[in-house]
Amino acid sequence: MENVDSINTGEDKGEEQVNYLTNGFSIKSWLLTKDHKRIAIMYLISVSVFFVLGGIYAGLIRLELLTPASDLLESGSYNKVFTQHGVIMVFFYLIPAIPAVLGNFLLPIMIGAKDLAFPRINLLSLYIYWVGGGLTLFALMQGGVDTGWTFYTPYSTTFSNSFVMLVGLGVFINGFSSILTGLNFIVTTHTMRAPGMTWFRLPLFVWAHYATSLVMILGTPVVAITILLLAVERLTQTGIFDPALGGDPILFQHLFWFYSHPAVYIMILPSMGVISELISNFSRKKIFGYEFIAFSSIAIAVFGFLVWGHHMFVSGQSIYAGLVFSFLTMVVAVPSAIKVFNWTATMYKGSISYDTPMLYAIGFLGLFLIGGLTGLFLGSVGLTVHVTDTYFVVAHFHYVMVGGTVLGYLGGIHYWWPKMTGKMYSEFWGRISAMLVFIGFNLTFFPQFILGYQGMPRRYAAYPEEFQVLNIFSTAGASVLGIGMILPVIYLVGSLINGKSAGPNPWLLPGLEWRTASPPPTFNFEKTPVVTWEAYSFGEDSGLDIDEARRESRVSPTA
Amino acid sequence: MQDTSWVPLFPEGASSFAWEVDALYFYLIAVSAFFAIIVVAAVFYFFIKYREREKFATPPEIHGSIPLELFWSFVPFVISMTIFLGGAIVYYNQYTIPEDTMEIFVVGKQWMWKVQHGTGQREINELHVPVGRKVKLTMTTEDVLHDFYIPAFRTKADVVPGRYTSLWFEATKPGKYRLFCAEYCGLNHAGMGGWVYVMEQRDFDNWLSGNLSNQTPVQQGQDLFTNKLGCASCHAGGQNQRGAILEGIFGKEVKLVGGQTVIADEEYIRNSILNPAGQVVEGYQPIMPTFKGQVTEEQLVALVAYIKSLSGQSGTTAAPMTPAADGTTAAPANAAGAGK
Repeated sequence: MENVDSINTGEDKGEEQVNYLTNGFSIKSWLLTKDHKRIAIMYLISVSVFFVLGGIYAGLIRLELLTPASDLLESGSYNKVFTQHGVIMVFFYLIPAIPAVLGNFLLPIMIGAKDLAFPRINLLSLYIYWVGGGLTLFALMQGGVDTGWTFYTPYSTTFSNSFVMLVGLGVFINGFSSILTGLNFIVTTHTMRAPGMTWFRLPLFVWAHYATSLVMILGTPVVAITILLLAVERLTQTGIFDPALGGDPILFQHLFWFYSHPAVYIMILPSMGVISELISNFSRKKIFGYEFIAFSSIAIAVFGFLVWGHHMFVSGQSIYAGLVFSFLTMVVAVPSAIKVFNWTATMYKGSISYDTPMLYAIGFLGLFLIGGLTGLFLGSVGLTVHVTDTYFVVAHFHYVMVGGTVLGYLGGIHYWWPKMTGKMYSEFWGRISAMLVFIGFNLTFFPQFILGYQGMPRRYAAYPEEFQVLNIFSTAGASVLGIGMILPVIYLVGSLINGKSAGPNPWLLPGLEWRTASPPPTFNFEKTPVVTWEAYSFGEDSGLDIDEARRESRVSPTA
Repeated sequence: MQDTSWVPLFPEGASSFAWEVDALYFYLIAVSAFFAIIVVAAVFYFFIKYREREKFATPPEIHGSIPLELFWSFVPFVISMTIFLGGAIVYYNQYTIPEDTMEIFVVGKQWMWKVQHGTGQREINELHVPVGRKVKLTMTTEDVLHDFYIPAFRTKADVVPGRYTSLWFEATKPGKYRLFCAEYCGLNHAGMGGWVYVMEQRDFDNWLSGNLSNQTPVQQGQDLFTNKLGCASCHAGGQNQRGAILEGIFGKEVKLVGGQTVIADEEYIRNSILNPAGQVVEGYQPIMPTFKGQVTEEQLVALVAYIKSLSGQSGTTAAPMTPAADGTTAAPANAAGAGK
């Protein structure tokens, strides 16, 4: 383990060692790179731009809803704002965020590979993302779209005068980026594992991405077909979804949710992978029930394809279809519960540090718990008849998507930031931001459960006055949440300028990514590692020199 | 809502199955609280008890436990099945239409609800029903998807173009309850709502045989315009409204599709309500539905009075001479606005 020997050598000047960031400085060296790490960094920047844009839309929504009347935005603009918030956040932030940034950067390193199996295809998927995203941004500048991110027919095909086709094209193109990334991850995981890296020694992050990739390559083509059919109907007046032409509007909902429900798992599974890493590593304890967490990811991926009808309980599908989908939805709750219990049990008898990534992970547990449990409310079909299409649903999916995916993403970014950049950020500000995000998030979205049960429908630019008090809470919470999200941008970027050098393994962790330099060299490892230890083993058999690390930390205690 | 129920922040329930939905809701809150307390307590206990006491410690390795895994797979599964069954029963009750119902027809349209009773009465954005009678709504839409939602009744159903969907309820408490459109339907989605009036059978019979009010014609007209007939959903709201602008038009010259012009007097307003497609203002689509058979002569008078009041006219007496004098200067500006 020559990499292990280099762990505690203190300052690495990096003069003689070229890392992936210093290997070429020209624009061309970035745009034509085949290095998965550089592609990940470009994804990081792009995804962040979309996240900020989506966040601005979210801010506008909350400001408008501060008062019952539609005063800040008239209803036409409000409809565009919430639609674009949804489109940008779902297709251009939530779906690519963790796989394309963290997965791209870490999956090859974690399995001891030099790169992904198809580096050129990886670059292609980034370019496809740019084209899809660019088209969508162009459509927004032309005037935007007002159909809701769900594009329900016949409003989207016949009635809306906004740029439905252009946005649809952007989403369509962007889908291929997902498919190619999924393909790359699957092939890489199968064929490029280092010697000794058996399937059950893989970090759970890799398992989660493997399950995600299956959903990506099986589900995404369906949404592409759906959008294509939408275009055919709009352009050629062929009756597919519009009853005026002989089509069926419910068919669109079936096709749309056949992809978009599994897409929820594309968003949450990678985040679950990140959380498995964080909880195990910051408890310095082997993950509890490794196989159960790994296979629950696969179970979620498979069952995720069988529950799309729970989005359509009141849409006019038959009672019996409603009952079957409700049953299957209850079944898919079980693997998620298994994960939560195993994460909790992992902390038992651990040695838990309160570093920023761990605080994000604990925040994830709290929010995902509420998101998951309210999913049971919505899976219970008799209750859903009352609360579907109300703020109850809005609150639920924000708990899962923001509480689950965004917190997992932020936790992951903080965890691997030292690896990606070689710098440590301010731990103080990191903890403040993690707590602000948690508090602000709950203040924003918890009142919406109550609003929903009271019957406030979603997608309303104006609402009856009795709902105002809770909406004021929600908007106040959103401003706290906003500050919590802006802080990391400041101190993370600041760390690039004046952050302390992280060293290859600041927390002395056993994963392969911590056994190479920070930032890693272009081909990740000086020499292909040979894996002789089980996943998440913190003891002597992992080959980590704990005594030496302790001596070091006494000389220069970490902040 | 009208009166506050005993649980704060909780909606009123006023249908025969509302309590079932609420019972399910409280059962789920109990289940959620149970799991949330266990997990949160465990997380906090471990988080504090097993905090890092020594840098880079090596705590004992615990691989997992098959009995524990089976236990915490089985228990959530059983509980989730009780939730499924509870939901299934309530859903079956909500969506199985009983035999002896009073049928009412509902047509959704961007952005109003048009209701017709079996006895022929029509209403817009309002639904009057008797208490204690099973009512079935047979619904469709003229354009996009809508959703007929009455929170106090704990039920809703999508309204789908090209097919009929249905909804039933039995109201249990007289009162006034909100009606919403819960499926996004475009520009004025948030305005597509109104009230459901639950009345004692006797009051309902009286209502069916016609109702009188002692409002002034303008007040009555305004009520019809903004609430009862839903005119405001297209004819008010600012520059993006879909219907012709009515403010300041009375007595002025109006440009029609096809190049003709007409003076916007009482007769023109009346004709435009009863036969909207006849004389369409330039720049607008002929999308307005006819209100023939839905408004009485009295209501028409009130509407005309209200629309006149939008132009600063006093109401009852027609005075076309005065505005015609300065109408020549104002007319082009109006036509330009209407042609947008």
